[in-house]
Amino acid sequence: MSNPKLRSQLLYLGKEYPKGYTYFRDRCKTAFMKNKDITDEEEIKMLIARGKFVEKELEALYMLRKYRTLKKRYYE
Amino acid sequence: MSGFRILVGCKRVIDYAVKVRVKPDKTGVVTEGVKHSMNPFDEIAVEEAVRMKEKKLASEIIAVSCGPQQCQETLRTALAMGVDRAIHVITEPKEYESMQPIHVSKILSKIATEEKADLVIVGKQAIDDDCNQTGQMTASLLDWPQATFASKIEKSNGDLSVMREIDGGLETIKVKVPAVLTSDLRLNEPRYATLPNIMKAKKKPLVTKKPSDYGVDITPRQEIVSVEDPPVRQAGQKVESVEELVTKLKEAGLV
Repeated sequence: MSNPKLRSQLLYLGKEYPKGYTYFRDRCKTAFMKNKDITDEEEIKMLIARGKFVEKELEALYMLRKYRTLKKRYYE
Repeated sequence: MSGFRILVGCKRVIDYAVKVRVKPDKTGVVTEGVKHSMNPFDEIAVEEAVRMKEKKLASEIIAVSCGPQQCQETLRTALAMGVDRAIHVITEPKEYESMQPIHVSKILSKIATEEKADLVIVGKQAIDDDCNQTGQMTASLLDWPQATFASKIEKSNGDLSVMREIDGGLETIKVKVPAVLTSDLRLNEPRYATLPNIMKAKKKPLVTKKPSDYGVDITPRQEIVSVEDPPVRQAGQKVESVEELVTKLKEAGLV
């Protein structure tokens, strides 16, 4: 079962991934495909939570990268 | 007490992470096919306005961007972050190249008056031209107080208490509303627009206007003479002792 909202948000965030969008998209697809047959509700909830965690990590990564670049450029 | 009406300026610039290249004819930098996004300091301005709305300090946020058709993407990002509506002041790509803060600030001040804005928030400077002028000029044209390089904005009895980042450290000033504020890096961390919000943003109002609608003439007042790469950094020299350093400085005629 693929959670479309989570998947599309992750792919949207992956567009700025430092190692490239294709790299991110392929790894993302593998991760979702690996778990597609899981039916246990508890497990699904956990996996979705993990996906949301990855989302937050990506946002933090991009934010830090931008902050550090701007700080270096304008404040040092 | 009804909240502030906030006008936010969003400039579309070459993305901060892109390596900028000078055009071979030295008239400017390469912009064709290059990734563009909202000026980071403007993102911070939008975020501050949205946070004020979430805290019920603001009632409506309007985003403005001046430039060619693609500026609408920048405005869509602002709408996705939480802005209520957007105004796109459209110019020809050629006109945009010679557009300066003086033109933009005239347009912003006209819009601020028309929309009865209480606050105008813009980024402190754009990362492409680094002018650091639009906010200050807008305040002057509107005859409003200004609080620039804001790193913290708080409400205090109907006025605003703003902490500013200046060379000497931090300065806190009080400004009466209406006012112009320019955002500095540490004001906040802008949110990332989620896909559902981007979809919702497509339904938010975005109007297109021309500079002439505001009675502003955008004929260029400056001419770009040449654009060049910065000089290549010379390699430094390592010295072994203080005496050697002094000798070298004397040789170079600096001491």
